[in-house]
Amino acid sequence: MTALPLTARLLREKLDYLLGPVLSSRRTAATLAEQMATLDRSQQDLVLHWVEVIAHSNYEMAYQFVAAAPVALKKLDTGAAEAWIIRAMDVYDREGLHRGSEVFRTIDAHPPSAADHAAATFEENAQVLALFACGLSGRRLQLDVSDEPHTDTETLYLPPRTAVFDNAAANFNLYKVLITLLWAQGRFGTFHVDVVAACANYADPQRAAALLSHFENLRLESRIGSTLPGIARDLARLRGNHDDPRLITLQSPDAVVQDSLALLADHYDTFELPVLPYRIALRPEAAATRAARMQRERSELAEALAQMLPEQPDDRKPEAAAADRIDIRAGLSAATGNMDIEVRIDGTSVSPPAAITQLIESIAQDAGEIPDDYLQAIDQRSNHQSGDETGPADGGDISPDEKGVSHLYDEWDYKRRHYRRDWCVLRELDVTAANDDFVAETLARYRPQVAQLKRTFEMLRDEDRLLKRQATGDDIDFDALVAGYADLESGMELPDRLLIRRHKAERDLAALFMVDMSGSTKGWINDAEREALVMLCEALEVLGDRYAIYGFSGLTRQRCEIFRIKRFDEPYSEDVKQRIAGITPQDYTRMGAAIRHLTKLLNNVDARTRLLISLSDGKPDDYSDHYRGEYGIEDTRQALIEAHRTGIKPFCITIDHEARDYLPHLYGPVNWTLVDNVERLPLKVADIYRRLTA
Amino acid sequence: MTEHFTDGNPIMATKISPLPAKALQTEARFIETEPYYEAAGNEIALFEAAYASQLPVLLKGPTGCGKTRFIEHMAWRLKRPLITVSCHDDLTAADLVGRYLITGNETVWVDGPLAHAVRSGAICYLDEVVEARRDTTVVIHPLADDRRMLPMEKHGELLQAPPEFLLAMSYNPGYQSVLKELKHSTRQRFVAIEFQYPASALEEKIIRTETGADSATAAALVRLAQMTRNLKGSGLDEGASTRLLVHAAKLIARGITPAAACHGAIAEALSDDPEMLQAIDEFASSVF
Ligand SMILES: Nc1ncnc2c1ncn2[C@@H]1O[C@H](COP(=O)(O)OP(=O)(O)OP(=O)(O)O)[C@@H](O)[C@H]1O
Ligand SMILES: [Mg+2]
Repeated sequence: MTALPLTARLLREKLDYLLGPVLSSRRTAATLAEQMATLDRSQQDLVLHWVEVIAHSNYEMAYQFVAAAPVALKKLDTGAAEAWIIRAMDVYDREGLHRGSEVFRTIDAHPPSAADHAAATFEENAQVLALFACGLSGRRLQLDVSDEPHTDTETLYLPPRTAVFDNAAANFNLYKVLITLLWAQGRFGTFHVDVVAACANYADPQRAAALLSHFENLRLESRIGSTLPGIARDLARLRGNHDDPRLITLQSPDAVVQDSLALLADHYDTFELPVLPYRIALRPEAAATRAARMQRERSELAEALAQMLPEQPDDRKPEAAAADRIDIRAGLSAATGNMDIEVRIDGTSVSPPAAITQLIESIAQDAGEIPDDYLQAIDQRSNHQSGDETGPADGGDISPDEKGVSHLYDEWDYKRRHYRRDWCVLRELDVTAANDDFVAETLARYRPQVAQLKRTFEMLRDEDRLLKRQATGDDIDFDALVAGYADLESGMELPDRLLIRRHKAERDLAALFMVDMSGSTKGWINDAEREALVMLCEALEVLGDRYAIYGFSGLTRQRCEIFRIKRFDEPYSEDVKQRIAGITPQDYTRMGAAIRHLTKLLNNVDARTRLLISLSDGKPDDYSDHYRGEYGIEDTRQALIEAHRTGIKPFCITIDHEARDYLPHLYGPVNWTLVDNVERLPLKVADIYRRLTA
Repeated sequence: MTEHFTDGNPIMATKISPLPAKALQTEARFIETEPYYEAAGNEIALFEAAYASQLPVLLKGPTGCGKTRFIEHMAWRLKRPLITVSCHDDLTAADLVGRYLITGNETVWVDGPLAHAVRSGAICYLDEVVEARRDTTVVIHPLADDRRMLPMEKHGELLQAPPEFLLAMSYNPGYQSVLKELKHSTRQRFVAIEFQYPASALEEKIIRTETGADSATAAALVRLAQMTRNLKGSGLDEGASTRLLVHAAKLIARGITPAAACHGAIAEALSDDPEMLQAIDEFASSVF
């Protein structure tokens, strides 16, 4: 039985209540209610439900929604309508009221199609799309959603859903095409000029930008064609396969963004923009991001090259400038689409470390080459010293007994190439146990996975070794018997070790997990970390390896903190569970001192293999005292080297997408791993441990 | 697939005639025709110099990048027999050196592959040496330093390697297990040659030569490989190796569509993760 529609009067009452704060004597809910009265009851309920939800975030958004809803709901089914609302709220969260409410107001500009049931959403394809973007060459790119596809040259913004075609595969494919086009803008120099500024000179800058974007797409399509012909075919099909003779210059492999600008000047007045299933926006952020990056990378390159430069050979004039000794060529190869990079120092070709090659590639992507003044920057480098605090730590402003025993640790200053003695004050504290059901809930949520995990770990534990030539055992060792018989024949005695014994492999292994408790883990990273620890403990209990868990955080060198979660000699008890639940984000990540302290703890355990596994979400970092950046990285590296010297094997599990830039330097090329998707962390950590010790 | 042996299965009624399978042994093997090998750098010269200086050689590199092919090529080039031992976790020193066996009423000493190689002045290639039991280092160490001697305790013999003998081993540093790292005392005895996937042009040439693929197919496969190699550390432990590209090209040459060939030979060989498989399929549909 369908309920009767609500009357306009009743609706007005409800709306008055729900939208009160944005209504006034001149802006009443009367018209809204009248329009809403024309909807059927289920639609009215839908609207009322969402008004309330949206009003939680913003009343004006809710108002705009009610204004647009009656028209929209005549066209959209429930699923499509909700998708539309969510998209609007998403834009609101990201870009504010103006753009968010625009989505409501312009329902006619994005007419929902019959293809809604076949829509592809960003959310459900995020993982595959991220992998796809990661496979494309050049600078690493992030993905995110926005109502309008565009890029700031570091993140590719994609629509939250695509519903252009009547089949899901084609809608998914549109995402792929958009990613490739946005990637190509950065790769093939769309932003070598400030495109937004260039369009600003036209009478209608919006039209100019739309035309320019279209021309660029055509240029990029043919650039893509030589290396990704499949995508180029898709693009051609999407725009109807017809080549406009006026734009033929864009098909040349040498065409650059200036060619598109020239065409814009020629055809601005007359060109009729075709209707395409996608439109890529050119936004001013791209120019800003690029400029900031270029400035940063310019000095990074200067710094890196200065370190690569060997001492000058004696026969050179002492004043030979660095810029004259180094020569870098970098350019895209049209055939392979790869960046060809050649670095020469004093005339001989060298192969720089991967991080520097990436830097050069990124610069060449922005500038088209390595400009000469980048090399001059080496000589102009200011010799800024890291003269922050002086003198060894004195225990800080907190007295030792106030917050546990304090330990002093050295810190490595890479600029001076020596240790600052007793520089850091570290305290061991207890995590405040949380009295909640976090552990039980986690176990319930992952029940099937926990069972699976335990099975795989059992297999690891039960991996028997066949010990041959044993005096006692459960089977005859035929090899030994035959060999023994041979001994006997040749006059020797029959040996007594002729049996095989099954032996449970002794896993003489101790693992210490150090968990990042810095402020940056706040929210879902912290949740994922805690869940990961729960899963890990379940698995390790099966295995019987000795393990301990400590958290670390800190705020300046005077306050490095280590949080006890589980000591080696402590069973996996209720207390431990509550401490895991109680892990809360603290301050910063001064990693060196933490590693030095935990190294000491780990070395107190007698085991053949000692593992120090850190779980982190980013670079070492600390508040305002030069620990950020290279100093922190080098100190952490030094601490890891010290640990390694004592026989510890360090390993790092990270969720930082930039990990590739510094972790190989810290942990070596293979002793770290990136878990791309935080949601998978809980399942991954135990799995990584298993493979690491298999 | 043995599960299909059911009673009354008509297929079973037909007599199966044995195929002339080649019996491959750990016998020293002379390689008579030149194995195709495309040098990426100075590895041939380096290997020859190490051989001339009687220094053992360690081939480092990811799976499927040409290490085995290289050693075969060098054996052919240096005109020495090659003995390859695939190491596994039950391989003991005795398996390498040899043991007594009984035939009839006599006990006979039988050389293991390493002893055999030393005696015949062959190249002995220990593939994936980290997999072997730790006690194998006892015999490898004296052979790999300037003593060049193989102690055969059981047999009461100490073999001195002739100048023609060479010990080579392979090692994949991508291994993640800390329990399987190569010990420093072992690796520091060897001249290391590092292998990487070949540069694009070279890799394309290898695919063309190995499979007769046309240059467009070869180029597309190399681009696909590079895309997967970009995912190393972000979901993949290794990108697609040259070997996988050769496999895919062979399937394509037999009329399999590129998409199906890449899926079977590359995607499924790299991952079981459904999203990763889809991503690799998307790469394939982009490059072809
Ligand atoms: N440089 C090369 N020249 C010729 N063929 C090559 C070369 N590199 C790779 N290949 C091809 O790749 C295939 C795999 O190479 P190979 O078997 O030598 O790998 P590998 O390094 O020994 O791998 P693994 O570590 O898995 O044993 C070869 O059969 C060959 O087809
Ligand atoms: Mg091999």
